Amino acid sequence: MSSAAADAPRVGLFVTCLVDSIRPSIGFAAIALLEAAGCRVDIPRRQTCCGQPALNSGDRDGAASIAQHTIALLEPYDHVVVPSGSCAATIRVHYPELFEPGTAWHARAVSVANRTYELLSYLSDIRRWVPEGVGMAAIATYHDSCSGLRELGIEAQPRRLLAGVAGLSLRKLEGSDTCCGFGGTFCVKYPAISNAIVEEKAAHIEAAGADILLGGDLGCLMNMAGKLHRQGSRVRAYHAAEVLAGMAGGPAIGG
Amino acid sequence: MTTTAFTVRADRALADPQLKLAIERTTGTARTKRAAAVAAWPEFAAARMLGKDIKDHVIAHLGHYLAEFERNALASGAKVHWARNAREACDIVVSICRDAGARSVTRAKSMLGEEIGLPHALADAGIERVETDLAEHIIQLAGDPPSHIVWPALHKTREQVGELFRAHHRDPGAMATVEAMVASARRHLRGRFMAADVGISGANFLIADSGAVCTVTNEGNAELTTTPPRVHIVTAGIEKLVPSTAHAMSLLRLLVRSATGAELTQYTTFHRGPKRAGDPDGPSEFHIVLVDNGRTRMLTDGLADMLRCLRCGACLNHCVVFRQIGGHAYGGTYPGPMGAVLTPVLDGLPLSQDLPRACTLNGQCQEVCPVAIPLPTLLRGWRDRSWREGLEPVSVRGFLGIWRFLVLHPALYRLATAAALPAMRLFGRGGWIGWMPLAGGWTRHRDLPQPSGRSFMAQTRNRKPSA
Repeated sequence: MSSAAADAPRVGLFVTCLVDSIRPSIGFAAIALLEAAGCRVDIPRRQTCCGQPALNSGDRDGAASIAQHTIALLEPYDHVVVPSGSCAATIRVHYPELFEPGTAWHARAVSVANRTYELLSYLSDIRRWVPEGVGMAAIATYHDSCSGLRELGIEAQPRRLLAGVAGLSLRKLEGSDTCCGFGGTFCVKYPAISNAIVEEKAAHIEAAGADILLGGDLGCLMNMAGKLHRQGSRVRAYHAAEVLAGMAGGPAIGG
Repeated sequence: MTTTAFTVRADRALADPQLKLAIERTTGTARTKRAAAVAAWPEFAAARMLGKDIKDHVIAHLGHYLAEFERNALASGAKVHWARNAREACDIVVSICRDAGARSVTRAKSMLGEEIGLPHALADAGIERVETDLAEHIIQLAGDPPSHIVWPALHKTREQVGELFRAHHRDPGAMATVEAMVASARRHLRGRFMAADVGISGANFLIADSGAVCTVTNEGNAELTTTPPRVHIVTAGIEKLVPSTAHAMSLLRLLVRSATGAELTQYTTFHRGPKRAGDPDGPSEFHIVLVDNGRTRMLTDGLADMLRCLRCGACLNHCVVFRQIGGHAYGGTYPGPMGAVLTPVLDGLPLSQDLPRACTLNGQCQEVCPVAIPLPTLLRGWRDRSWREGLEPVSVRGFLGIWRFLVLHPALYRLATAAALPAMRLFGRGGWIGWMPLAGGWTRHRDLPQPSGRSFMAQTRNRKPSA
């Protein structure tokens, strides 16, 4: 990859627990894209999970202690980049809410929050990066994950980036802004309701007539891809970063 | 994954294809029409903020506007009653009915009436209740509670309504069309409108500077409920106050577009006081029952935002959970996102703890709310309280406790990941896991992608920062 200029931002990549465990290739795609966009990328070694399961279960103290752990390891960087809208929103929107305004931890949370970005919006809005020489001959459709869409305003950026991939055509997904039923712990706490929601989503994906499903959040993609596979669908799912980095040649999510 | 009264009701709803059809027909139309109405109104975002400000202002000065409303209502000849809770409200209504010697009352749809349990209170008092809203008429015949705050009979398909009318109407005729069904209901109800001793309505707005009560309907049933009987009783939550008619009009524009996508309801009526000398019609007694029932407690419990709610139903129509399970599964008076916030206030958190949890926090409810209520934030507030009060199941607390310990100890977290990933891979076939211990909630309905190999952190252990 191109070596970064002297004024290149030092980016801490927070890869998320799901990418770490289930699909590291998204992390490698993120490194490649950030370097292509002129960033110096570092992977904070003590990172684990942003703490969403605690936050969304009402365990505020637990979430706050995880936030402190994460804030401390992200503080040294110019920017923090996360290949997930919901994990980025946890840091950017919810970390500051976990601390009393006026306290030192609140100030530290706000400082990290203001420097934290979701990967695709960071590439497009902050780095003004456009893909060059990337191609993929496929018909794709895109699902907007809710946290990224509504908490971070990510809607145009992934589409703008994907428009620069030669050979890739993007078809509209009916209800692309409607939740897929993942909802983090929701999908295992209320599996039957979650299933009914993702069944409807899978039907819309099939109706879009695309070969591949793209998105920016692995949790939602696993949910939708898992349902599509169970139903025998031929639609394959990738994180948009994998396509943009030219790394979607390998097996799709789940194979 | 635990079985609770809520999940049992939800499972029953999910197993009913007629219910799914009924919900999708109505909420689908509502979503389409609302989107069109909002798109055709360039000032929607500004109007929404104005609506929010109007409600916030009234809520911040509730005492002032309640006093002003009472003063002006009394001046109009109305009688004003105050009820701290549901029981007091029902007692007041029943005692007014008894004083009037009422045998039969007509009622125009009111969610507050449902909230305070008025139908049961009237039945217990031996007073015949005639529901005059078409959808309320349907569910009265079926013996069901409402399943939606705007369309109480949302859970019934038109085919099921046809059967119900054939069984209960005296002169059903052919039920071939919706128009024929409406005509049958009209024939069935018309005489009862005129025969009622008391008419009971709710209120969409209470106008402080005039003491008037505003109702909106599409059927004109509120007017027929409140005009012919000798006595008109209004039951209203204290949060329905607005300073003036102009403020009510600002909120009406938001309410109706958000509810049905129309610009205005067919009937928007301002009722003020009893019949005056020279008036050709109207009730000779006009009672207004102002109900608190937990609302002032919401002010101090961090739920003041919820008091802005106009009861438009947009959050229900756009909620992925409501659209799958319908209103009855929620088990309270109010379903959907707004119901998941309000039911713990009304029924207590222990009985309704599933409702704030059975939400994906996707935020679409807040996006469509015409007064910008931060519903996901309020639901998170209930989850926090649920955790603090120890209501979260022990299994969940235990799992999250172990998980949190690992998350805070990266070296152990890596070890756990390094052990778990190969174990998970043992259950995989062709990249997918169809079943795995402890993952039943996921794998019952969908496959789980097999971890592709070593973790990202393990693979990048010796990586140097990019130059």
